[in-house]
Amino acid sequence: MARTLLDKVWEAHTVRTLPSGQTQLLIGLHLIHEVTTPQAFQMLKELGLKVRMPDRTFGTLDHIVPTTDQRRPFADPLAEEMAAHMIRNSREFGLPLFDMASGRQGIVHVIGPELGLSQPGMTIACGDSHTSTHGALGAIAFGIGTSQVRDVLATQCLAMTKPRLRQVRVEGALAPGVYAKDVILTIINVLGVKGGVGYAYEYAGPVIERMSMEERLTVCNMSIEGGARFGYVNPDATTFEYLRGRPYAPAGEAFDRAVAWWTSMATEPGARFDDVARIDGSTIEPVVTWGINPGMSIGISQRIPAPESAPEPERPTYREALAHMGFEPGQPIKGTKIDVAFVGSCTNGRLSDLRAAAEVARRGKVARHVRALIVPGSQQVARAAEAEGLHEVFQEAGFQWRKAGCSMCLGMNDDKLQGREMSASSSNRNFIGRQGSPTGRTLLMSPAMVAAAAITGAVADVREILR
Amino acid sequence: MSDMQRRQVVGRGLPLPGNDIDTDRIIPARFLKEVTFESMGEHVFEDARKQDPEHPFNQEAYQGASVLVVGQNFGCGSSREHAPQALMRWGIRAIVGGSFAEIFFGNCVALGIPCLAADPADVAWLQQAIGRAPRELVTVDVEKQEVRFRDRVIRATIPDGPRNQLVTGTWDSTAVLLEAGAAIEATARRLPYVAGY
Repeated sequence: MARTLLDKVWEAHTVRTLPSGQTQLLIGLHLIHEVTTPQAFQMLKELGLKVRMPDRTFGTLDHIVPTTDQRRPFADPLAEEMAAHMIRNSREFGLPLFDMASGRQGIVHVIGPELGLSQPGMTIACGDSHTSTHGALGAIAFGIGTSQVRDVLATQCLAMTKPRLRQVRVEGALAPGVYAKDVILTIINVLGVKGGVGYAYEYAGPVIERMSMEERLTVCNMSIEGGARFGYVNPDATTFEYLRGRPYAPAGEAFDRAVAWWTSMATEPGARFDDVARIDGSTIEPVVTWGINPGMSIGISQRIPAPESAPEPERPTYREALAHMGFEPGQPIKGTKIDVAFVGSCTNGRLSDLRAAAEVARRGKVARHVRALIVPGSQQVARAAEAEGLHEVFQEAGFQWRKAGCSMCLGMNDDKLQGREMSASSSNRNFIGRQGSPTGRTLLMSPAMVAAAAITGAVADVREILR
Repeated sequence: MSDMQRRQVVGRGLPLPGNDIDTDRIIPARFLKEVTFESMGEHVFEDARKQDPEHPFNQEAYQGASVLVVGQNFGCGSSREHAPQALMRWGIRAIVGGSFAEIFFGNCVALGIPCLAADPADVAWLQQAIGRAPRELVTVDVEKQEVRFRDRVIRATIPDGPRNQLVTGTWDSTAVLLEAGAAIEATARRLPYVAGY
């Protein structure tokens, strides 16, 4: 019987079936950052345990790092304490750490792929829900809590239940001005924020197959926003060419042998899925969220929906969203005045994202009332962008060019919304309070749309600017 | 019953209406700048509670409650274990709801907090009934997969694996995983990316 990538990766990593009926699953790559690990290291010490496979865990600093002055000690004493803990724990347990001085620091989900650590056929875990990002490489990659970080450190394993598998096919072709972000926001809107609970998503179809690796990373990143703990794209020539030459990817003849194994792990023709969903990519227009979860989105030409248009159980959330956002049903999203523009995050902080935003930034200046931040996803992304002169494009247009980190995606550093500020953001979550202000408001969109909103001063249709 | 076993949880209820309540709402990110979980209980739902004096976690009637009753997709979003840690340190010992986000559910199991899913109509009834009688005890029977309140019994399920772990007191996953011993390394050696291509 034809098998899926999920079947094959799961089987290859199964250590045993646990008495509870769950699988003891070996984790091939463990990524860690400063926020969800200090307690795990503490528990490990209390248990008197070592890290089981210290060469399979890699760390970085991303959530709490400032994006202005990154010299240590950090100005915020709490951030400095977390960084110091991470550095001390990494040293004590003998784990490699990509810290500020490494030249390779960045958001954990940006550096894993860019260093070639994340590879097809792997199981990847990290104490961060956006670990689903790495599925773009053809890996089974998912977020875990801190107790599970302890499990991986101590045993290199997790107790897991194999999910059902839904193939999400994006058919047709995307129109100009429509990006990977618009595709995944559409998928979440159609399948719902809890539609993926209990499922993994296999993204497929011509639109996904034509995507670059960075676009696929954006799609897989937001699997969790649709309730799916992980999502993946089958490895293909795009994957292999992306990995070739990266620091931790196999080299020389080993690379060719790796390609053979990676290819063998892909879903076979005729494999059966528990469900198949189809989306017509050619009907997707630039998408903007209007509410308080990533499923509450509309096309740029559409109007904000009324609670009565939603199924009955969803209506209270709609009403709460309208009240929080200060929107009226029937109001167009286009023209919504913004205060802040943010390009960055593990969703859209890669070089291609910055290029797309810069293409728009070249055509105008940031509106006078808008505070606009460009935060590269990693030190390597920052250097590559600077080599192309993108930082100058942004600065000339009035954007702030910052240093790498998670930044305003979740406001754990100084980059926060103030009061009820309205933010056009390339990040992944529009939850109440997410960007650092309890009353702040977030509109999720693609990096090009964020740049368009920044120079317009209000939500705009990037296609009209690029025309 | 060993102190690890979670056959049933008995305590006063706390109804928290609403669907899709995310972990950023349970504990906002700015409170995660801590290297321990100790202070998390103080900040549970902090922003929502400040904005709404009538928030259930603020109400006098629910202080000391240990059974949280929630809507659909509770705990979605960020994987932060700080969220169940905050609930647990506030006093929550079991959660009954329409449905749970997966990572949140797993984090709860790792802390010995059972999360049972019930029909939305039953959840709505339970929330209202607790609101009318907040001093009455709720029984969350993990073993029998039911919730008892006053004279009514509602069906509330939890998948077999986690139920076994909670009922038998084997939810300390590290100890269970360590039992595999050398089979862990043997599995790793069979993987070409570990053994070398």
